[in-house]
Amino acid sequence: MPAALVNVPAKAKRGAVIEIKTLMSHVMEPGYRHTAAGEVVPRDIITSFTCRFNGAEIFRADLFPAIAANPFLSFFTTASESGRFEFEWIGDNGFVATASAAIIVE
Amino acid sequence: MMRRAAIAILALLGAALPGLAGEIGESARRSGYEFMSADTKAMQDDNTANPAMLSVLDGETLWRTKAGAAGKSCSDCHGAVDVSMKGVAARYPAFNAASGAPVDLGQRVNLCRRQHQEAEPFAPESRELLALTALIARQSRGMPITAGDDPRLAPSVAHGRALFMQRQGQLNLACTNCHDDNWDKHLAGSAITQAQPTGYPIYRLEWQGMGSLQRRLRGCMTGVRAQAYDFDAPDMIALELYLTSRAHGMAVEAPAVRP
Repeated sequence: MPAALVNVPAKAKRGAVIEIKTLMSHVMEPGYRHTAAGEVVPRDIITSFTCRFNGAEIFRADLFPAIAANPFLSFFTTASESGRFEFEWIGDNGFVATASAAIIVE
Repeated sequence: MMRRAAIAILALLGAALPGLAGEIGESARRSGYEFMSADTKAMQDDNTANPAMLSVLDGETLWRTKAGAAGKSCSDCHGAVDVSMKGVAARYPAFNAASGAPVDLGQRVNLCRRQHQEAEPFAPESRELLALTALIARQSRGMPITAGDDPRLAPSVAHGRALFMQRQGQLNLACTNCHDDNWDKHLAGSAITQAQPTGYPIYRLEWQGMGSLQRRLRGCMTGVRAQAYDFDAPDMIALELYLTSRAHGMAVEAPAVRP
């Protein structure tokens, strides 16, 4: 499993706006570059990112070739109940990576 | 007698002064961090936003992975990395008694691999070597750099300093011409900086990846259109050692982010 870093507050007050930060290791090769021999380096990127909370999708992003290596995505949500965030990155060449983090809402 | 002593001191000062001209005073030293934008500083400061931490995570896995004919992992001998490696990177490049020469942190990892794990050394700039050096360097974060304190290293530091002062390449520039004399200026859009190697290995945004101090130095040499030293060449290590001794007492930031 490639290295991923997710940052979700361990605890939050009910109704509070919380920031979720994710960092995924990936080369994000755009497919437009050439080797010294003139051959095209094939595209190898993450194409989609999803975040589910207790099974329900709360955030999704499509990624494209111009996005830098090791994409860092951050977004906000409202803490409604305790539960588990599940993150999934899907990309070219069958790339799939997952991570999860729990939150306690008081 | 007094007069002779005074003349001797003056002579010593006279010999030392031309060399010191242009070098950065201790209080004027600034890490590359201080030249960065607020956004890049924030990226380095937040361990969940710093992409170099992905390399540190890889390093933690490698630390526990058995390798080589001896079937040993780093942790089998060294135990917990946050205990055994605390402060180690701040001393590197360090003197290696077996070879009678300085070795940098990457070379030390590879020596360990060869001698104790009986495994093939990692290639320079390989993902594995950068991950392990990033993990080890991270254990010295915030600690003062002490490399070059060992008196046995004095000739190597002096050699590294001579290389730093020596003009080279088609542009006929020495390191000192930019990094001592013009560090407060810009080259195109980029800050020149003082060449204080406080955060290596670094995640460089331009590279979109990790790199060692050696990779960075080779970039500079290519920039002045000189023949870059080979990875792990004695001149390369001497230059690394001089640069690190130049940052003596500054805090380790590794693994840092640089633009």
